[in-house]
Amino acid sequence: MLTIGLTHYLVVAAILFTLGVAGIILNRKNIIVILMSVELILLAVNLNFVAFSQSLADLTGQVFALFVLTVAAAEAAIGLAILVAFYRNRGTIAVEDINSLKG
Amino acid sequence: MAAVLFYLFATIMIASAGVVIFARNPVHSVLFLILAFCNGAGLFLLAGAEFLAMILIVVYVGAVAVLFLFVVMMLDVDFAELKQGFIKYLPVGAGVGIVVLAELGLMAIGWRAAPSAADAVSDPIIAQMSNTAALGQVLYTKYVIFFQASALVLLTAMIGAIVLTLHHKPNVKRQKIEEQNARTRDNVIEIKKVPFRTGV
Repeated sequence: MLTIGLTHYLVVAAILFTLGVAGIILNRKNIIVILMSVELILLAVNLNFVAFSQSLADLTGQVFALFVLTVAAAEAAIGLAILVAFYRNRGTIAVEDINSLKG
Repeated sequence: MAAVLFYLFATIMIASAGVVIFARNPVHSVLFLILAFCNGAGLFLLAGAEFLAMILIVVYVGAVAVLFLFVVMMLDVDFAELKQGFIKYLPVGAGVGIVVLAELGLMAIGWRAAPSAADAVSDPIIAQMSNTAALGQVLYTKYVIFFQASALVLLTAMIGAIVLTLHHKPNVKRQKIEEQNARTRDNVIEIKKVPFRTGV
């Protein structure tokens, strides 16, 4: 219990990932909170990468986590830009009103 | 000491992640997202990834979370209305959450590394070298193509965000440089001969 191993990190990351997935489902109407939940999921993934990197004494996991961070930052920027553009055109950001593609 | 810090960071991170998804006010969600990222950076530090911990603070807390805060405060949206249906989705959300957590928990506790995993290590961590120096040494040599590609991703994101949010309002007078440059003496100056004592 008092020596922190890989399993501790994996359990914490699993709980964080679950909270992110549950957040997407619970806040189905609020796209901003959905984007924040995606960020939480990516943080959990990064935590797994770093924990395995430490456990295997391999730097590759940290390099990959760095690239995940880059893509997550790009995703947040583009997502929020789309959100702002959409709000300007339609005056709403409720997810059920985003239906112009008729998907 | 490390164990105490680990449990402290992990508890605060998970609690604030819970507040992110359960908070009524999205501003509180963003603020607790910042807290979760700070504690995640603490966990990275404990795992020996100092550079990533600092990048997490700089990029996430400094840029992404502030971007979220800007957008939440800029959009004039009735967030109480968006919160409706939270109770309706609670059983589904809790069910999916429990299933995902059970699967991930089983994996986290029951997994076993392959015997050849230790041989597959490609960039071993050298204890004498600082984390930042070691990362730089592989990032700029072995992974330089991927590094450039991620720079390209960021450039695309930057251009995309500008293109999406930039818009020109009509009926605003703007400076037109090409018209100014095209003006010549002949087409803007008109010389009138004014007769004496009669006016124009």
